[in-house]
Amino acid sequence: MQLSRDALLAAYRRMKIIREFEERLHIEIQTGEIAGFTHLYCGQEAVAVGVCDHLSADDKIVSTHRGHGHCLAKGCDVNDMMKEIWGSREGLCKGKGGSMHIADVTKGMLGANGIVGAGAPIAVGAALASRVDGPGPNGLNVAIAFSGDGACNQGTTFEAMNFAVVTNAPCIFVFENNHYSEHTGVDYAVGTARDIASRAEAFGMKVWRADGTDFFAVFECMREVLEHVRAGNGPAAVEFDTERFFGHFEGDPQRYRGPGELERIRETRDCLKNFRASVKGASLLADADLDTVDAEVMEAIEAAVAAARAAERPTAEDVLADVYISY
Amino acid sequence: MSKMMYRAAVLSTIMEEMERDPNVVVLGEDVVGGMGTAGGPEAIGGIWSTSTGLYDKFGPTRVIDTPISESAIVGAAGGLALAGKRPIAELMFADFIGVSLDQIWNQLAKFRYMFGGKTKCPAVIRMAYGAGYNAAAQHSQSVHQILTGMPGLKVVMPTTPADVKGLLRTAIRDDDPVIFLEHKALYAVQGEVPDDPDFMIPFGHARLSRAGGDVTIISSGLLLGMCEAVADKLAAEGIGCDVIDLRTTSPLDEETILDSVEVTGRVVVVDEAPPRCGLGADLCALVAEKAFSSLKAPPLQVTPPHTPIPFARELESNYLPSVDKIEAAVRRVLSYR
Repeated sequence: MQLSRDALLAAYRRMKIIREFEERLHIEIQTGEIAGFTHLYCGQEAVAVGVCDHLSADDKIVSTHRGHGHCLAKGCDVNDMMKEIWGSREGLCKGKGGSMHIADVTKGMLGANGIVGAGAPIAVGAALASRVDGPGPNGLNVAIAFSGDGACNQGTTFEAMNFAVVTNAPCIFVFENNHYSEHTGVDYAVGTARDIASRAEAFGMKVWRADGTDFFAVFECMREVLEHVRAGNGPAAVEFDTERFFGHFEGDPQRYRGPGELERIRETRDCLKNFRASVKGASLLADADLDTVDAEVMEAIEAAVAAARAAERPTAEDVLADVYISY
Repeated sequence: MSKMMYRAAVLSTIMEEMERDPNVVVLGEDVVGGMGTAGGPEAIGGIWSTSTGLYDKFGPTRVIDTPISESAIVGAAGGLALAGKRPIAELMFADFIGVSLDQIWNQLAKFRYMFGGKTKCPAVIRMAYGAGYNAAAQHSQSVHQILTGMPGLKVVMPTTPADVKGLLRTAIRDDDPVIFLEHKALYAVQGEVPDDPDFMIPFGHARLSRAGGDVTIISSGLLLGMCEAVADKLAAEGIGCDVIDLRTTSPLDEETILDSVEVTGRVVVVDEAPPRCGLGADLCALVAEKAFSSLKAPPLQVTPPHTPIPFARELESNYLPSVDKIEAAVRRVLSYR
């Protein structure tokens, strides 16, 4: 596989946007300016981008409570997302959803989700819709259920996997194993020796496994997965081994982390650092190219925060908008 | 007009809407029936005979026989709806909402509002509810009380075959999630049904099935027939009852209720769900708040007791409201001078 220089830069930019979006939120949340609960995706960027770079707006994704990365990778507008997280009526969901409920159906992004494991059945439904429409020139449109190692223990996820197999739905279950379901280790909570893909395989679908901190491994793996599913071979599952750089939620003291763990994963398991090393090593891009992207991204995030701060606040009347009836 | 059973009204409406709109999709347990068996597809055709023949006509992509996985059924209906289809999901028994409630309550009901009004969720979730078959505590319940309390859901409970036709067509063409409750003891009831392929009954419009002017009786579903029987009996004594069939519990037709109560000043709400925080309590509060000056007697509710639904014939029949219990309540509100 050989990605063009433009494609490499675009992929790096998308990962970097997610990274800086989250790093900035981590800072801003501590000031109390942003309301509610926020779960940051930082560390897992290569999965969101390596998966979504293969998708068109006609392909659907369903995300999780840790959904900012999936939303950005699927094309949700950075400014509109920042405004949503700030609770503005100019936000992507008019301030009604917030961090955990960002959606943009026009982009094929069918929603982040505050309920762990709730997304997989919805993705199966979107895949069944694709089955009704039938294949286009590139095969079937697909639906992707992003789930963590926590959601892999929910009955809804099991139901969805069996349902997808039974109906031969073009659905892909992407499990991002970041080793923590909230504050509990995967070694404790997942009973199959940490291996989530083998569970999916037991439901009768083809599975893949890859290093989720390596963009190229994710991207190449997904090329194969999508070829399989778009051809009408039924659902598939992928387990990506990845890392969560922050806590379960912002404010999590993370007392469950081992000594030096965060420093170690930031040093050795950072998908952006790994990407930079790979493209430099293969002489595909130079430091200067990536530094330029970094600077542009920092500017874009700064602008998004400024826009969110200046954006219009919702009104009391907005509470009753977008309902069919109120009592 | 054609004469048909309540269950035939369900099936024919689904059939007509599937013919009209290729986006209409049916899914549920045994909606085809016989899949993976020696009998083959359509060996059952749906346990209520409300999906018979759909699979043969529309095929497996639009008539999806599902495993027994209620969360996945409702969730898939949500995904189909977000992806532009008009799914009709069948949960078989209303009692099974318990294993799919997150998808109903936290997902489908909330998509439109939570996503800032930028998406629709045109899904119908059909289910058979109600007692009368000695099916005991987990196959007899009336769940409208739970679902009506959930913002974002429309809740429909038709009483007659004509109302099934008009309300189900409205539900399928509606852009919000609709809970469509079919009373299992009404499936074999016959009635005249309009033939107009676009016959629709708007939500939030109750039906006045008896007009009398002395007392208002509000109900829906199986118990409506008992209310009518009481009204007919009292009519012979010169007592006039307004009998209101709600048709939909959300949206609620407050106007028809209040118009009637302003004339009668006396109200009995008859409901098949338990008494606390239910339709009876809700409507008694409504008339107390909005028609207080018209009231001549305390509003009453006739409901089952606050117990699970018992099995034995003697127990179930004592559990349910009856013509006698309804008549007693009506006479009680009439006794206030």
